[in-house]
Amino acid sequence: MLRRHVLQSAAAFGAGWLPVGPRAWAAVGATARAAQRRLVVVFLRGAVDGLSVVVPYSEPAYYRARSSIALGRPGADGGVLDLDGRFGLHPALASLLPAWQSGRLAFVHASGSPDTTRSHFDAQDYMESATPGRKATPDGWLNRLLGVLPPPPGGRAGPTRAVSVGPVLPRICAGRQPVANIASGSGATKPTALDRPRVADAFDALYAGDDKMAQAYRASQQAHREMIDTLRGDAPDPDMQAANNGASLPSGFADDAARLARLMRNDARVQLAFMAVGGWDTHANQGAASGALAGRLQPLGQGLAALATGLGPVFDETTVIVMSEFGRTVHQNGNGGTDHGHGNAMWLLGGRVAGGQVHGRWPGLDASALYEGRDLAITTDFRQVLAEVCERHLDLRDAQLAEVFPDAGAIVAQRLGVLRA
Amino acid sequence: MTILPLGKRTRRWIAALGLAACGVSAAPAEPAADAVAVHVLNRLGYGPAPGELDHVRQIGVDRYIEEQLHPERMPLPASLQRQLDALGSTRLSQRDLIEQYRHAAQAARNDGEQGRAERRALDQRIALESGQARLLRAIRSPRQLQEVMVEFWFNHFNVYRGKGLDRVLIENYEREAIRPYAMGRFRDLLGATAHHPAMLFYLDNWLSSAPGYQATRAGGPLAKANGLNENYARELMELHTLGVDGGYTQRDVTELARILTGWTFDPRARRVDAASASAFAFDARRHDPGDKAWLGQHVAARAAAEGEWALDVLAAHPATAHHLAYELAQAFVDDAPPPALVDRLARRFLDTDGSIAAVLKTLFDSAEFRDPGARGAKFKTPYQYVVSSVRAADLPVANVRPLLATLTQLGMPLYGCQTPDGYHNTEQAWLNPDAMTRRIHFATALASGRLPLARPMDDADVGAAADTAMSPDADNGAAARLPAAWASAPVDVDAMLALLGPTLSARTRAAVAHAEPSLRAALVLGSPDFMHH
Repeated sequence: MLRRHVLQSAAAFGAGWLPVGPRAWAAVGATARAAQRRLVVVFLRGAVDGLSVVVPYSEPAYYRARSSIALGRPGADGGVLDLDGRFGLHPALASLLPAWQSGRLAFVHASGSPDTTRSHFDAQDYMESATPGRKATPDGWLNRLLGVLPPPPGGRAGPTRAVSVGPVLPRICAGRQPVANIASGSGATKPTALDRPRVADAFDALYAGDDKMAQAYRASQQAHREMIDTLRGDAPDPDMQAANNGASLPSGFADDAARLARLMRNDARVQLAFMAVGGWDTHANQGAASGALAGRLQPLGQGLAALATGLGPVFDETTVIVMSEFGRTVHQNGNGGTDHGHGNAMWLLGGRVAGGQVHGRWPGLDASALYEGRDLAITTDFRQVLAEVCERHLDLRDAQLAEVFPDAGAIVAQRLGVLRA
Repeated sequence: MTILPLGKRTRRWIAALGLAACGVSAAPAEPAADAVAVHVLNRLGYGPAPGELDHVRQIGVDRYIEEQLHPERMPLPASLQRQLDALGSTRLSQRDLIEQYRHAAQAARNDGEQGRAERRALDQRIALESGQARLLRAIRSPRQLQEVMVEFWFNHFNVYRGKGLDRVLIENYEREAIRPYAMGRFRDLLGATAHHPAMLFYLDNWLSSAPGYQATRAGGPLAKANGLNENYARELMELHTLGVDGGYTQRDVTELARILTGWTFDPRARRVDAASASAFAFDARRHDPGDKAWLGQHVAARAAAEGEWALDVLAAHPATAHHLAYELAQAFVDDAPPPALVDRLARRFLDTDGSIAAVLKTLFDSAEFRDPGARGAKFKTPYQYVVSSVRAADLPVANVRPLLATLTQLGMPLYGCQTPDGYHNTEQAWLNPDAMTRRIHFATALASGRLPLARPMDDADVGAAADTAMSPDADNGAAARLPAAWASAPVDVDAMLALLGPTLSARTRAAVAHAEPSLRAALVLGSPDFMHH
């Protein structure tokens, strides 16, 4: 459906597309409501094999192309977890099945970037700038999004409105708006030399200017104090303990996801968040139900489940997008792995997701349907999904969408219906 | 909030004002000449160290550059050589290392906890010794440009320590494939990386075989290697030579992968050939025997010679020259390198058959490199920041563990870049809020002498001691618990001001002057000026 039509019909009812029902925000203005919504982007660097995540088990061509790494049909030993009779979820992602069943997890299959590059670095760059084919774009789309978000209740946005986890700021966060980053692991809440007042006073004087470094310095100080206030001495969430059966969290990502969830749950100022997970470039021995890829997917799934659990009630107003720069070849290569491909699946999690569905048009795996004879074709531009989330979840208007996705043109006017009305 | 970057021009103006108006410490006798000397020390090396600034003052900038372009003429200090000689694993051959890895992996499988401990001990010993070898040289070697170029090329031909066998091979890779060629001919460097098992393993080429090849060997790591793998072929063109816009197609990637089938190594190090230190092997059975069509040329089948020829073509290609020229100009001059300079460097590369030293000389002689606007225009990477801090502070180092830990916290673990593009050296990659806090935290610990850099390296508890020293309470109780011999004396701020004088702004000088004495050195190292080079 074209978005223009939605706009017209919404205008006709004079109420916007406010959800009606027990959780309707009837008394809240659109701007204030959007200011309470959260967006988390998780980027899988290295090109995850989407055909092993959302497995087209009903296609004979899938099994022909992957003699040793295909996942079995539902019910088979190590088989996929059935999603909708056509597609199945990798069994290592079993921790996400409840989200699917409760309608809070969806996928957009055969999605990706229209640019044809099979370079990890260019493809990631294009997905983070959201300007495929254009390298000179100076900023990332999450930063541009931050620039057009309506002001938070109570006025001025602080530097922690957008937070990235990890020691460097990725391309997606680059730009004019300040974005805070917090260390991965327990370092995020450890005190530093600047927690000593006399040290802080001396460095405050040194960084009293208004240049880029002074701003980074102050953003860091403010983010650090918020982290300490919010998380220090905070006992692990009992829900989370239950979700993990009391066991300690399995990996760095799950640990970081749980910490981010606590921060976002306890600190309404944090509205946008970004995390990246590497290690998906499975050129050799990627395995099937077990093996290298399964070993990466399992902690990812557990981390996403921990994020959902840890957000608690905030999860209802959160959308999590999981994306990767491109998919991998339909045929396995000579070493039980897959090489760089094209189409992939995007993942959407959250209380407002139109879940329990695999969205997008599935082009199939017949030889004639493959991109350049080897890869899953792309039927949904990734920017369409992002724009839909920005519009429907964060209430961006046309002009704002055009700022965040400058080259997308008519693409962002099309709608898949990935969020619930 | 808008960001107003402090422009180069503004920084220069502030620096000039600082020198004129502020008498925090004795201003150097010839500030203009010193500014050039510091610039050269900052870019050809890891920043000024006390003896070295004097040396440049004495012989002049041009002779210093000439010296740096000929590292083979400069001996290492005997004390540094002794420290390097103590690192046993840095003398092991590829075969020894592969054998030790296999032995440890087997023990970890068969001998339970004891076996796993043996494997961890091997990993840790090699990680520490390779870190020690790299950082001690970077901090203390007079061959500073060589160290900078080793780091540059390592990133260009990056290999990740965390992938299997590369845990043990990483130092050998740098020692045998990078260091000897860092200022030599690019074709030799390219060839050395293409033959090294660390690269063949990292980018999977060791498994790549002719399509349809049926492995005959029962079991063993190569048993499943029954076809093509295009990982290395792609990165060889995209990252190592032509560049992503170098004009090749997916077909060229696949054809180059076919050309390179059979380029592997002996994972069991069985074929004992005492004469050869290399584990490289060309396996003719795995090689695709058909003709290929690559980069618009017909390639007649001729076994390993096809790959050598392909490396010749790539090394001499104008797109490669441009790609390398851009990277060098970005590393040595500006994040956005001047296009005219890039063009000149690319021409020099092609005219000299890919002589790295010749290209560097053109670069260092260029007006763009010498322009006062280039001074302090680059934001230091964590590696540059950590190494230059230790050099400026003039601290003796017996043990680099606290420095390795700091690099990890700053997001740049040594040999720890997972992806083949290596670490970037631009401000956009490294300037972020958390980095500011962590750099200042490190500067404060280093300047107060609290890092246990003097603790003997074989002391197993040194990691814990480093944690203690980095804790914010360290200047109260914890520092007292560090034996005096392991910590250092607090850094002498006057010596540091004399060394870095020309690079410090008025604001920094004022903040230093007004701070209590025990914090002054930390402020210098934690200043925006020192974070640039």
